Order: sequence, then C-alpha cells, then structure tokens
Amino acid sequence: MSAINADRMDLIDSAVRSALRPVSIAIEDESHLHAGHAGAKTGMGHFHVVVVAEAFEGLRMLQRHRLIYDAVGNLMQTDIHALRIDAKAPSELQVST
Amino acid sequence: MSVNEKIEAQLKEFPVLLYMKGNPDFPECGFSSQVVSALKQCAQRFAYVNILEDPELRAGLKEYSNWPTFPQLYVNGELIGGSDIVVQMFESGELQKELQSVGQARDADA
Repeated sequence: MSAINADRMDLIDSAVRSALRPVSIAIEDESHLHAGHAGAKTGMGHFHVVVVAEAFEGLRMLQRHRLIYDAVGNLMQTDIHALRIDAKAPSELQVST
Repeated sequence: MSVNEKIEAQLKEFPVLLYMKGNPDFPECGFSSQVVSALKQCAQRFAYVNILEDPELRAGLKEYSNWPTFPQLYVNGELIGGSDIVVQMFESGELQKELQSVGQARDADA
C-alpha cells in the first residue's frame, strides 16, 4: 500500500469516528483492484469501509451511506475516488457459530 | 435550461434512469457495470445517461442528489443509490420489488 493511501485511511478513520462514534470501523485500500482504469488516473484512492454504528439503527441503506459520505465530506473530492460501504447497526451483526 | 431543470426533465421522462460512466454495452467503470448487470438480470428496461460526456451534468448531479459518486440509479424520480446499494437490493429481492412499482404505474396510466 502506498504511504499516501495509508494517510488517507487515517483521515477516513478519524472523520468517521468523530462523526458517527462507531462501535467498530475497518478500512481497506482497494486501489490496486482498479489500477489502470479511468478512475485511477485521478490519483485518488479506492477504499472499502465496514462501519458498525448505533447511528444506523432503523435507517435505510441510502441514509446510512449518506451519513458516511457526510462524515468524510470533502475527502470525496480530494482523496477518495470511490468508497465501497458496508454500514451495519449493532443489532444486525450475525453471531458467529 | 439550467442543469437542475435538465435533470428534473430527465427524471420525469424516464422512470428508471441510470447515470453511469460509459454505456450499458461498454461501461467504463466496474461499479457502473455491476448496476447494468443487476438491471439486466431483472429484465428491466432502463434509460441511461453517460455522465462522462457531460461534465456540467456530472457536477450538477452530485449537487442535485447530494451523492458524491457514480453510478446513481433513479426510480420514479427518487435516488435508489449507488452500486453497493443496488447490488445489495438485487440480492435481497428489494430491487425487483422497487422496479415492479414502475410497471404498475405505467399500467395505471394506460
């Protein structure tokens, strides 16, 4: 992973943490999956976030994604080309058997 | 016509409208391609706009929908979401239900 994308992941992490106070958050750099396609030429990154937060309880997917886009704000113009989002409420976590 | 008026006119005309990169035969982005594939598997007729061909519309839509990325799928003038949401809804069967309402609305008009 490039150093710049490591920094970007820190930015996403702190933006989402301060806005949504998630129970958990995990971020992956998926930029390598998109190398060479048009979106990669901008130099911005492709990331995948998995966020579990009380704030998502009772909300539709569209509204959950909006909360995350609001949280990362301007990073969508400067650092993030695409964000894959998994947004779950704590009550939706499957108990592993 | 302002960009917003253009968007509203498009949404009014086409009940299922995909704003995408490229076209359904040659999507220029993996995420756009996933949404095209979901719609095709629903056997749904849909209109599309290639936002790469219209930078002004591309910028205007991000504002209009308050959604920062493409693709964006609209049904009956409402934003359904981007590729994550559309694919999840397809897998759960919700997308198919959402699209049925389009067919019913048309029948009611006839």
